[in-house]
Amino acid sequence: MDIPTDTPPTPAPADDARPTTTEQKRTARGATRPGDRIFLGLSRGSGIALLAIMAAVAAFLAYRSSVALADNTGNFFTTFEWDPAGISSDGKPVFGIAVLVFGTIVSSIIALVIAVPVAIGIALFISHYAPRQLATPIAFVIDLLAAVPSIVYGLWGAIVVAPNLTGLYSWLDDYFGWTGIFEYEGGAPRSLMTVGILLAIMILPIITNVSREVFLQVPKMHEEAAIALGATRWEVIRMSVLPFGRSGIISASMLGLGRALGETIAVATVLSPAFLIKASVLDYGGGTFAQNIASKFSEADEYGRDALIASGLVLFVITLLVNGAARMIIARRKEYSGANA
Amino acid sequence: MSITTVKPTGTPGGKSGPSELQGARLPRWSPYVIAVGSLAVGCGIGLAAGLDSRMQWGLIAAILFVAVSYGLSATVEGTRQAKDRLATSVVWVMFLLAVVPLASLIYETVKRGSKVFDGYFLSHSMGVVADDEAGGGIYHAIIGTLEQVGLACLIAVPIGLLTAIYLVEYGRGKLAKAVTFFVDVMTGIPSIVAGLFVLSFWILILGFDFSGWAGAMALSILMMPVVVRSTEEMLKLVPNELREASLALGVPKWRTILKVVLPTAIGGITTGVMLAVARIAGETAPVLLLVWTTPFINTNPFDGAQGSLPLYIYQQYQSGNQAGYDRAWAAALALIAFIMILNLVARGVARWKAPKTGR
Repeated sequence: MDIPTDTPPTPAPADDARPTTTEQKRTARGATRPGDRIFLGLSRGSGIALLAIMAAVAAFLAYRSSVALADNTGNFFTTFEWDPAGISSDGKPVFGIAVLVFGTIVSSIIALVIAVPVAIGIALFISHYAPRQLATPIAFVIDLLAAVPSIVYGLWGAIVVAPNLTGLYSWLDDYFGWTGIFEYEGGAPRSLMTVGILLAIMILPIITNVSREVFLQVPKMHEEAAIALGATRWEVIRMSVLPFGRSGIISASMLGLGRALGETIAVATVLSPAFLIKASVLDYGGGTFAQNIASKFSEADEYGRDALIASGLVLFVITLLVNGAARMIIARRKEYSGANA
Repeated sequence: MSITTVKPTGTPGGKSGPSELQGARLPRWSPYVIAVGSLAVGCGIGLAAGLDSRMQWGLIAAILFVAVSYGLSATVEGTRQAKDRLATSVVWVMFLLAVVPLASLIYETVKRGSKVFDGYFLSHSMGVVADDEAGGGIYHAIIGTLEQVGLACLIAVPIGLLTAIYLVEYGRGKLAKAVTFFVDVMTGIPSIVAGLFVLSFWILILGFDFSGWAGAMALSILMMPVVVRSTEEMLKLVPNELREASLALGVPKWRTILKVVLPTAIGGITTGVMLAVARIAGETAPVLLLVWTTPFINTNPFDGAQGSLPLYIYQQYQSGNQAGYDRAWAAALALIAFIMILNLVARGVARWKAPKTGR
């Protein structure tokens, strides 16, 4: 790509130091003309600015969190309360993220459990099952699913979906209530389960798109070999497509997980929060990091905001780790598969 | 398949249809019949058992369909074929499962949103309209959203474009690798975290007030990685021959990029930017933290609270009465329409201006 720098500088004869050759050498090197230097500087500067923004996000969040944590009288990781104003403890701020960790993880796991199989199914449908003419429009529909704003999902989830879930929940309670997980007392089903279902719909597109890309990269030879051996379509998929795509599916799921962990407004709209941990996922209550920030923000004073920022920092670190791991898996795969060289 | 006549032994019934080599097969129309049948039975069971939620009807029908086609195929065609049918039907059901929510969402939004959606709604603000009173509109919110998104573009597009150019045209070594990695990671930053960041440094530390500009800064953080990613992909598609030809004519590299590479990829870049705009236009969380809100029209994004379309939906929903719900749905309709149009136009641009690489 960078042709000029690839050519070795022609060794100029020592006695022949005409100004033109040095001129040519300098221009051939690329970034020595003023225009080039400015442009390279600008574009490299933007890249550095991007890194600086990421660093600044971490730094500022950490700084404000340290302000909040210094005065916290509860244990930040194990306290089951969110009371930075200290209303119930004579002005001493008490807050902890235990409930939020629980709610965030539970709702994201529910979302993944529902979304991953469906997304793999859709990805396979697009890559291997759908008639050719259908595949593109279907991929487009999935993209539209991704384009719907989360607040609209929230509105739809709260007003349309949630009332429709009471029947399903009482059925689950009847047959699986004994597990303790699926106990349901009745009432508006604005619970972690509902949140999980909604999140599943919201992360479906990203998991589908990434897995579909991977499925389409499966070497044709593998599939044709399986077909030649008399495999049915499912056997082709099980023996050549899925093994090839496994790491892709894993990283796609982790990207989806990243989305689910940080989803704010849809959760805040659907969940009726309560700061407690319950085994039952069908009853109201619980909370997630992002939802807690959105719901508590408007009535928080400045110290309360710092406390929320502290919980945001934890969310930031978690999503950073999840996304980073997912990207690393994808990058490693690219290196050895050679499929998209 | 005419070889089948070689082994005429043992086919009971002696029908000419299924041969030894092929084995018995279900007729081609069987999946459709099973689908219709299980749908009917599903609705029947739902009606008979008095299940009030349509979702359960659908689930029963889907399970029936999968089970019946597996069972039938297992008895007629053998287990391997049955597993294949099972996979096919499961995949179809999964696909329908994904279409149902989208269809329901769009249907409900249009149905409920069109109730108060009219010219008045688009051209009036919520000033002096009480929460539970009908009337009012989204004019102030539209202005706010357009200004915030516009400002976010002004920040994010140049930085994003230049970063992508750096990565594709110049980037070698550690810096480029780090930028690529962090752009990827940045794509996954929760929007609320971007909001908290701007909150902490702009409002809490520098002491500025809530404003559209603060919201725009957070939105630009969300927009940057999307722009970088899509631009990068597009620049990679530009054939190297074009660059080489230009450089061979003695054109400086920066002019090559500006006059040859960018114009070739401009269609895809525009698409990417529009999709990024579509993404941030619907973001509520950062706006909630940074723009605050006002029912009045504020056209100055640098001074004081503004409205915003997604935030408007959230607040009307939270007001918890029918007038508020109606307004929330109508605003959702406006927002979805805006975003869908952006999406469609963006894809149209992509198709129309696609780089012509073929010869």
